[in-house]
Amino acid sequence: MTLITETVPVARQTSFAASPFASPAMLWLLSAVIVCSAWEIAGRYPISPAFPPFTDTMAALFAMILDGSLPKALLITLKPLSIGLIVSVFLGVGLGVLMGLNRFAEWLGSPLFIIAQSAPLAALIPILTFAYGIGLTSKILTVCIMAMPVIVLNSLNAVRHTPASLIEMGQSFLSTRWQLILKVILPAASPVIFAGLRLGCAAGFIGVILAELLITPTGIGDIITYNQSIAEYENMYAAIFAIIVFSVVFIMLLERLEAVMFRPEKRAAS
Amino acid sequence: MYIGKFRLPIMSSLLIWAALWEIAGRTGASFIIPPLSRIFARIIEIVPTPAFGDALWITGKAFILGNIIAICIGVPLGVLMGRSVIADRIFLPWVNMFLSSPLSALVPVIMVIFGAGQTTIVLTVVLFAIWIVVLDARAGVRNITPSLVEMARSFGANRFQAFSKIFVWAALPEILAGVRLGMIRAVKGVVIGQLLVSIVGFGRLFEIYSSRFLMEHFWALLFVLFAFAFAINEALAWLERRFEYFAASRN
Amino acid sequence: MTAAVAQKSAAPRAMVEVRHISKTYAGGVEALNDLSIDFAEGQLTSLLGPSGCGKTTLLKIIAGLIPATGGEVKVDGRVVTGPGPERAFVFQDFALMPWASVMRNVAFGLELKGMARSEREAVAEKYIASVGLKGFEKAYPHELSGGMRQRAGLARALAVNAKVLLMDEPFSAVDEQTRRKFQEDLLELIAREQKTFLFVTHSIEEAVYVSDRIIILSHRPSQVSSIVEPAIVRGGGPDQIRRDPAYLDTVESIWQSLKRYLD
Repeated sequence: MTLITETVPVARQTSFAASPFASPAMLWLLSAVIVCSAWEIAGRYPISPAFPPFTDTMAALFAMILDGSLPKALLITLKPLSIGLIVSVFLGVGLGVLMGLNRFAEWLGSPLFIIAQSAPLAALIPILTFAYGIGLTSKILTVCIMAMPVIVLNSLNAVRHTPASLIEMGQSFLSTRWQLILKVILPAASPVIFAGLRLGCAAGFIGVILAELLITPTGIGDIITYNQSIAEYENMYAAIFAIIVFSVVFIMLLERLEAVMFRPEKRAAS
Repeated sequence: MYIGKFRLPIMSSLLIWAALWEIAGRTGASFIIPPLSRIFARIIEIVPTPAFGDALWITGKAFILGNIIAICIGVPLGVLMGRSVIADRIFLPWVNMFLSSPLSALVPVIMVIFGAGQTTIVLTVVLFAIWIVVLDARAGVRNITPSLVEMARSFGANRFQAFSKIFVWAALPEILAGVRLGMIRAVKGVVIGQLLVSIVGFGRLFEIYSSRFLMEHFWALLFVLFAFAFAINEALAWLERRFEYFAASRN
Repeated sequence: MTAAVAQKSAAPRAMVEVRHISKTYAGGVEALNDLSIDFAEGQLTSLLGPSGCGKTTLLKIIAGLIPATGGEVKVDGRVVTGPGPERAFVFQDFALMPWASVMRNVAFGLELKGMARSEREAVAEKYIASVGLKGFEKAYPHELSGGMRQRAGLARALAVNAKVLLMDEPFSAVDEQTRRKFQEDLLELIAREQKTFLFVTHSIEEAVYVSDRIIILSHRPSQVSSIVEPAIVRGGGPDQIRRDPAYLDTVESIWQSLKRYLD
């Protein structure tokens, strides 16, 4: 008997794709170069006075990093984001798992989150501002309303769709209700729950930026709004570039973490 | 959820929440939460007004135009990525990046280039909707069973026939799923765009209502919007289920 | 042909007694209606029948995993009200926890009992070796072939030392060659372990090959159609059994009796 390792065949690989020129990294680099040059040319041409070239934007980016204004703004933005995400993660997973385990809780709670997931909840921001003022609380709550629905619904579905045979297995080996939840249902659900957390974090980023643009300009939102108003577009673009790169890197790290923690089959393959 | 033998409908718990809301509103604890009955009365009052009609028309136009652009670019790009390794490697990192990046940060960019108007909102809709359309069309094409492609080839289908008679149909369940998810994102995009631009469509109404503290009007508008979003989602989900039968028979 | 088909010979003590069991599902599907069967101690009894005849339902009722609508099941003289320590289940789709190693999967029943780690791992190690998985203790289910996964599932059921092993089509998700090897190993295991085996299968050859007694069920709602006790000499090794005229005759006669349910 030998170990059977699962090899995933790469779909329709041509001989060209296998050459080093067309390696994924090369092609990615190539497309990045094309996009940046297109940005540069469009900015130099210029297609719009409000469209600075790539190089100017990067220069502004490094200037703002070096004088400390960008890192400072990022820290300010991170405050409502991280608090909001921590609250959403704990509350969201808790509610979702509860609804997955308890039919009554699901009946009572899930319609709210199902509607919330398809609804444009950003429109609630003005109401949050009325209720909680223009301070930190409103911004935290904005992050929460954007991030929570997907976290809750993923947790609910993950728990609800635990393979029936695993549950029967637990029961037939005489697990108590708690053992079944802790040793079978939650481990089986955790990959999907974690995927929900990743989506929730992405939504939280959207929320925090909206909050900083709509409620009061602080942090990155302040740099964007201020430079927009005085037509310093390089700085504005640099700040947007920075927050997008930051969030993409953050989400990528979460994806890595997910692969390491929950996908033994992927871990073995790579 | 059962009470005895009687099965409660899925969304029936909303009635309980509505009752709680009504009670909370009646106590007058906060001007932010007016009684639900008054909000519904306000919906009936607002919806026939020309201001609402104009806003709906402008918003609907931006939503539909944005979605058409997103589908017309997104589906072919996704099919291309599903068929060509090179195209896939060039575009996939960007698609994945934009799919999970905070697109709300890009709205100010669109705004400074295209001005605070309808164009910006249409482009915001495209920006929100397109990535998931691309990704699902790609997944649909990649999921086609190789034997189906070989079948077409063995019966002598040419490239165009293979594309129009096999690929598009075989990938249709995923493409539709992508369109539905894209539209949900588009609803969010159109509202976020209008909130940020705030002089067009519902964004303008939101601005007027909130600056005059008309909470009943504000909630009425929100409810109408949420109902639209929910209805669009359900209608597309129903359409998707009609095509599910061959998605299930495929794997 | 009738020589191989001995009708209801006197059996040793009944380990599992099924009395007037009925099961109607919520949708109105009647899977079982007033079914009574005895399963003898220390034997391997197969439940064989057309697909969808309710054999898996019966096995899960005996396991205590689903409640019967009527009647009762006694195992070792006690009425079944739910899963119990005297029964262990082997699942059709293995039901291994993908996040846990073979060791943890096999020791899982003991873990749930609260047995100390070193103790339960010693027990598990023994059974992992006895099903032929020695060296794979640290492997994860996705690293194993289908047959090996089911060996782990079998080891898990053996590890809790139950008197009755309930096997629900254990080899149906395993390819033909692996299945043959597995069947041979199972016969050895049965000889070694003094347990009562209940075995659900849809393969006639498999039932005849491994069983002391075969209960053939009719269409839904299931009735006992006939009971066959293959008169096969098991001493001579697997190849002899498969060439034994009694084996071939039994397979043929069961096929003749089942054929009428196919339309």
